[in-house]
Amino acid sequence: MSEVIRRNKALSVNPLKASQPVGAALATLGFDRAIPMLHGSQGCTAFAKVYFVRHFREPIPLQTTAMDQTSSIMGADDNVIEGLHTIAEKSAPALITVLTTGLSETQGSDVKRCVKEFRAKYPAYNHIAVVAVNTPDFFGCLETGYAATLVEIIDELVPAATGGKPGTRPRQVNVLAGSFLTPGDLEHLRDVIEWFGLQPVFVPDVSDSLDGHLTDGEYSPVTVGGTAVAALATLGDAAATLVIGASLYKAADVLAKRSGVPDHRFDHLYGLHANDALMTALAAISGNPVPARVERQRAQLQDAMVDTHFMLGMLRVAIAADPDLLNAWAQLIHEMGGAVVAAVSAGYSPLLNTLPTAQVKLGDLEDLENLAREANAELLIGNSHAVQSAQRLGLPILRCGFPLYDLVGGYQKTFIGYAGARQSLFDLANLCLSHHQHHEIPVYRSIFSQKPAGEAYDYPLEAKPHDAHPTFAHC
Amino acid sequence: MKSHQAIAELLDEPACEHNHKSKSGCAKPKPGASAGGCAFDGAQIALLPIVDVAHIVHGPIACAGSSWDNRGTRSSGPDLYRRGLTTDLTEQDIIMGRSEKRLFHAIKQAVESFQPPAVFIYNTCVPALIGDDIEAVCKAAAERFGVPVVPVDCAGFYGTKNMGNRIAGDAMVKYVVGSREPDPLPPAAGQLGLPVHDVNLIGEYNIAGELWHVLPLLDELGLRVLCTLSGDARFREVQSMHRAKVNMMVCSKAMLNVARKLEKQYGTPWFEGSFYGIADTSQALRDFARLIGDADLSARTEALIAREEARIQQALQPWKARLDGKRVLLNTGGVKSWSVVSALQDLGLVVVATGTKKSTEEDKARIRELMGEDALMLDDVSPKKLLQVVKDCHCDILIAGGRNLYTALKAKLPFLDINQEREFGYAGYQGMLELVRQLALTIESPVWEAVRAPAPWRAAAVDCPGKAARAEG
Repeated sequence: MSEVIRRNKALSVNPLKASQPVGAALATLGFDRAIPMLHGSQGCTAFAKVYFVRHFREPIPLQTTAMDQTSSIMGADDNVIEGLHTIAEKSAPALITVLTTGLSETQGSDVKRCVKEFRAKYPAYNHIAVVAVNTPDFFGCLETGYAATLVEIIDELVPAATGGKPGTRPRQVNVLAGSFLTPGDLEHLRDVIEWFGLQPVFVPDVSDSLDGHLTDGEYSPVTVGGTAVAALATLGDAAATLVIGASLYKAADVLAKRSGVPDHRFDHLYGLHANDALMTALAAISGNPVPARVERQRAQLQDAMVDTHFMLGMLRVAIAADPDLLNAWAQLIHEMGGAVVAAVSAGYSPLLNTLPTAQVKLGDLEDLENLAREANAELLIGNSHAVQSAQRLGLPILRCGFPLYDLVGGYQKTFIGYAGARQSLFDLANLCLSHHQHHEIPVYRSIFSQKPAGEAYDYPLEAKPHDAHPTFAHC
Repeated sequence: MKSHQAIAELLDEPACEHNHKSKSGCAKPKPGASAGGCAFDGAQIALLPIVDVAHIVHGPIACAGSSWDNRGTRSSGPDLYRRGLTTDLTEQDIIMGRSEKRLFHAIKQAVESFQPPAVFIYNTCVPALIGDDIEAVCKAAAERFGVPVVPVDCAGFYGTKNMGNRIAGDAMVKYVVGSREPDPLPPAAGQLGLPVHDVNLIGEYNIAGELWHVLPLLDELGLRVLCTLSGDARFREVQSMHRAKVNMMVCSKAMLNVARKLEKQYGTPWFEGSFYGIADTSQALRDFARLIGDADLSARTEALIAREEARIQQALQPWKARLDGKRVLLNTGGVKSWSVVSALQDLGLVVVATGTKKSTEEDKARIRELMGEDALMLDDVSPKKLLQVVKDCHCDILIAGGRNLYTALKAKLPFLDINQEREFGYAGYQGMLELVRQLALTIESPVWEAVRAPAPWRAAAVDCPGKAARAEG
């Protein structure tokens, strides 16, 4: 159990938080032939686009209603309708999401009504799914914007259950995939589900659209790959739904209510116990035994746990992330006998109250830096923005979350599953080994030393004042 | 190649208790049932911690290739010792007799590249067998390049790792010790207003920098360490070893011959001691004072011991509660078992058994004294036997050398590495804090439960017929 400490300062320094519209755009980008349209000024979109381009190193379809001074004051409903028409006409997408921003929400824009007006005015585009979502950036964070978008998409596009349909596709498993899952994570999850003889339908599926694959088509104004919008109509036929990430439990409620399909909920899939729960569920859903290769990966993870516990046991870790990802890492560190000594979340979630740490701070990377310093953290886990904090603290950092701009292929890393957990443990342990200084004994040179006078005092070791009785941070 | 007689002389170490007992640490290795290194290995690990020397391994690649830069010893200065230097002999060198020439050029290259204060040449099996005269090459090279070049004739087939340690020590006494007088005391030393006594630490390798836990104490007492053989040592320090008033043999019999020869040649008294555990650290400090015979030093030593013991006992208090009653199987390899036993007992752990393969009768008597008459002593320390004892005695942890590490881990058993490759320093009072931390870290780790429990679907399969039912369906 942990206490959640609210934001208690006026200035956010080195923000951890990414906005709701960014998360909402990410959710949209996991659908095939989709494009998000941010209802705001051009900058709202441009920044979000650069954010994703740098992270995924991919062209990112993202449009804007381009509110200007006049429409900001006089009303921008026409911008929405005109924007939808333009996209529908030029790009023939399967799905457009209309995502509000701080600007349009403050203005009081009713985007749902705007969509209705668009439908009335342009019935020729009725085959294109259009979903409006309220995602002001003055509330929540990337994770909540992503979750809100899935709620709306499910509510809008999954047909209400007509009774008796669940299980008519006995091999189908719906997967509500949380925002903290990378394309690499989803690819692995797909493999695992298929090894059980099941067919997953991911909602959404960024592993099919943002996994960085070259195509024959040179340019596409909409996503290439992702969950087919048509597939949403089949969700009600599935044998079961897997929900990965506590942030999606509301979306799961909506899906369960509409479809009647039973669901299995997982806060995360990091580490041994979480994956044990997943495999148990998949065995039950499929009626098949756990495949030999899964057993093998489990045994490999166990071996890695044993090998790395020397480095990760009692390791003092500071983590900054959105709630689901923060929880996943905290649970993994806890499972290894490490201690989460600083936890900073970009936004609130009830999940934060259950973290295996004393306190969780809703805050920024300055908070992370200060908390990590106060608590004598030995390792950071965070996004690329946290690297400068790590450098100032002189600590190693494991990069994860959004954005990862100083790392090629960061988006493709696999953290989940037995195999992903194993790699995570190796990565964490290697960071400890290459930054093996916290428990290093400081160099001491005797006052009577006969060492050559010209010798560099403590080359090649870290310069460190010697304390005759060093007090260890862990005592 | 060393003569048969030279090897026999090295095997005869009058200062070693093993010399008189049937169980000899220098017993011949048994083909098909031997673990542990060769004489080259022993010589190399004994001297590599001299950090500013160019250590050249003369032989084909297997000798250096598999062994360079794999020790945990640390330097406060140069890192030349971490460079793997070898003549990497080829088939042509060996057939055509070019290996001596290659060695000569290798020395030249090392001197030009690194400007070391000295070069050590480690002989290995192949050049020993084909008759390379490395002593002559070293002599010629030293004259030509103006740098001391020391032959360490330690072909693997001469004997065990232990033998290699002795060969290394022998080479130091023969070629290096006594070739330079100690520096005058630095001006700062005079300001302390204390008499300064010169000492050596022999057989201390500064694993993980643990020597640095001890040095501040020696400084405070006015004990100048002329040289540590060989942790964080410099060539020029080894040269001045003959002027010490006392030599301490640290925790190992491997270089007893050095202490004995220095006593014989220079009259330096010596004692055996250990910096592992509170009691032994205090005892070592007392022994210095005792052998130096300075009453004032003895008084200051007692005061320091009282202060340090009180400080560390207080710091250990919270850890002791966590470790109290935990059961240990100890297999120390080179380190004196009884020394570690008493350190562990200080912490409230129960040592249920200890490996005694390398222990002397005196060691065993000491162990009985500490652990009681029914102490379980294991001469057979094969992994299989160790694990059996762990099971039978319900041990919480195996403490042993690194080579048993993965055996323990495969058996899902907490483990503490106390061998030379380890990454943590446990010496001195302060080292005890790291020791308790590492003990608690592995004993209390949640991973053991996680890896011992069956997979949930297997656990379910035992008491739930559901799996069979599904299989039918």
